[in-house]
Amino acid sequence: MHFIPQVLFSLLLLATGIVAYRKYSFIRRNILLGRDETLTGSTSERWKNMVLFALGQKKMFRNWIPAVLHLFIYVSFVIVNLEVVEIVIDGITGSHRILAAPLGGFYTFMISLIEVLSAAALLATFAFLWRRNVQKVARFTQPEMKGWPFKDANLILLFEIVLVTAILSMNAIDYQLHQRGTPHYPDTGNLLLGQYLSNLFSSIGSNTLILMERAAWWTHIAGIFFFLLYIPHSKHLHIFLAFPNSFYMRQDTPKGHMDNMPVIMNEVKTMLDPSAEVTEIANPPKAFGAKDVTDLSWKSLMDAYSCTECGRCTAACPANQTGKQLSPRKIMMDTRDRLEEVGRNIDTKGTDYDDGKSLLGDYITAEELRACTTCNACVEECPVNISPLNIILELRRYQVMEQSDAPEAWTQMFNNLENNQAPWQFNPEDRLKWAEEL
Amino acid sequence: MKIPVMSDFVAAGEMPEVLFWVGCAGSFDQRAQKVTGAFVKILQHCNISFAVLGAEEGCTGDPARRAGNEFLFQMLAANNIAVLNGYGIKDIVTTCPHCFNTLKNEYPELGGNYNVLHHSQYIQQLIDAGKLAMKEDGVFKGKRITYHDSCYLGRANDVYEAPRKVLEVLDAELVEMRRCKSRGMCCGAGGAQMFKEAEKGNKEVNIERTEEALEVQPDIIAAACPFCNTMMTDGVKNKEQEEAVKVYDIAELIAMGNALMDVK
Repeated sequence: MHFIPQVLFSLLLLATGIVAYRKYSFIRRNILLGRDETLTGSTSERWKNMVLFALGQKKMFRNWIPAVLHLFIYVSFVIVNLEVVEIVIDGITGSHRILAAPLGGFYTFMISLIEVLSAAALLATFAFLWRRNVQKVARFTQPEMKGWPFKDANLILLFEIVLVTAILSMNAIDYQLHQRGTPHYPDTGNLLLGQYLSNLFSSIGSNTLILMERAAWWTHIAGIFFFLLYIPHSKHLHIFLAFPNSFYMRQDTPKGHMDNMPVIMNEVKTMLDPSAEVTEIANPPKAFGAKDVTDLSWKSLMDAYSCTECGRCTAACPANQTGKQLSPRKIMMDTRDRLEEVGRNIDTKGTDYDDGKSLLGDYITAEELRACTTCNACVEECPVNISPLNIILELRRYQVMEQSDAPEAWTQMFNNLENNQAPWQFNPEDRLKWAEEL
Repeated sequence: MKIPVMSDFVAAGEMPEVLFWVGCAGSFDQRAQKVTGAFVKILQHCNISFAVLGAEEGCTGDPARRAGNEFLFQMLAANNIAVLNGYGIKDIVTTCPHCFNTLKNEYPELGGNYNVLHHSQYIQQLIDAGKLAMKEDGVFKGKRITYHDSCYLGRANDVYEAPRKVLEVLDAELVEMRRCKSRGMCCGAGGAQMFKEAEKGNKEVNIERTEEALEVQPDIIAAACPFCNTMMTDGVKNKEQEEAVKVYDIAELIAMGNALMDVK
């Protein structure tokens, strides 16, 4: 009967793998529903960006306090997962701490490191809960954070506490059991925190301790499996997507550059000069600009999945700060929500199904779009290089070119530009009049 | 005053060193016209051979493109590129960050390739080359100046240092606002907001920014964009501080510092 835990563990591992594969494939497929975008720039530059922004968290350090707290959780997450390797081997083979003996002193070092980082992560987690629930940092309390986004953020933090508590008690109890000479509990060396934390368990009988150690072990690994399946539904997906998103970030073009529309460029060129040479466009878009998520570039869709709703963009947005409806974070959250909806529709009702809804109108309103000053503050602030501005501008293009929907004053400006080559109603012949005054 | 236009140069079989792209604001807006004048005085003072396009210049298309009207943008751009390429223009300087951004970053894909400088960069080069020496005991000595970053110069094109370097020669006290450089706050005019009423909110963007500027108690708010200039000037008026705090473009400050223009 001693093999039952092994079988259970293997089945759990397999089931997690299958479900995770389906969930993450859904996300990948959804991102690829976006329009093609030709990548420019060098691959070596892309790797550099990934190392700088995702691995190195360069932009996080624009804001020191959250950056350091975040770093604790991030580093501990990466390092703790090394212990998961051992847990998986132990789980399948029925061994216990299989790496302790072969690694010796290095094992003690690694587990001690994990303990210290876990403790730091635990402190950071409490600090983050404080910032969200007690201090109520402004960027966490905007309207789009009400409901699920607020719960999601707290759930992840509570979850973090459970995982860290499990790993710290697992190591401490293990240490205590080894000290008592309990069979199957190998020497892990003097664990930096475990040797002291183990004293907490010194008055408990060995049989109970073994049960407690098993409970902590299972909580930890089952927790990680659950976490893996929870993340695709959560803002926490950034822990994976920050990497490809930084890799595929726009490069070689200054932030002020707006995407060209070759179809319109060609049309205007041939209109002005019928003999003009134009390059044929493969797969011209069905409409100008974007009405729904599938009209956006796949990179914008990856942006939406990479967003962890930190709100640095919204906190920096001049429109949002002055009480306008626009929130760049909401633009990203809406894009993701709508994309998930489109994805589910495809899976349940087929590719041709039209639910009559769209990103523009049903999720993002004209009022929000029209408040944008295109100042790039949101793009500048995003730690993982998301561009809410790109989406805003594509939606504006659809509004103006496909729906002829522009504020009266803009229509007047367009007329002036067309007739006088200036946004105001001046005679173009008077362009040099300023010189007379000089 | 007679300002050389490109067609004159061509008629004489010559090319100017640089084309001064005046922009719509610089041409038509009364306040921005003064900046145009100041920059022309600087060019003349430094004996730079320059020309303007005059009536052949049209809007670069920036507000149309950002409002979503790509057709109109492409029309305006195609006309400008035809004129610029027709004259064989290589070097352009402009006093407007929006024109600067469009000419520099968006015309190349459309067939217009030029070396484009914003006047802050151009003036910095003149100073570095020793062509624009500042007088000792400048008129701005002891004045507090705060520079307001234009989004299309700063974040859009990473030009943060040139305008500050230019201001340094004034021998004034430069003070930074709470939000500056890559964190600089927008004046509220970009993205074609200049040409419509603001959306409903609890404050105007330019008021928020002006309040921030006034916090550092400046004598002068320095701008490098005609639209920022308008927005900040309006903000200062709204706060009834127009007697104590002046809004100037960096070109005006340099022109005044060199006695090329009266100090107001």
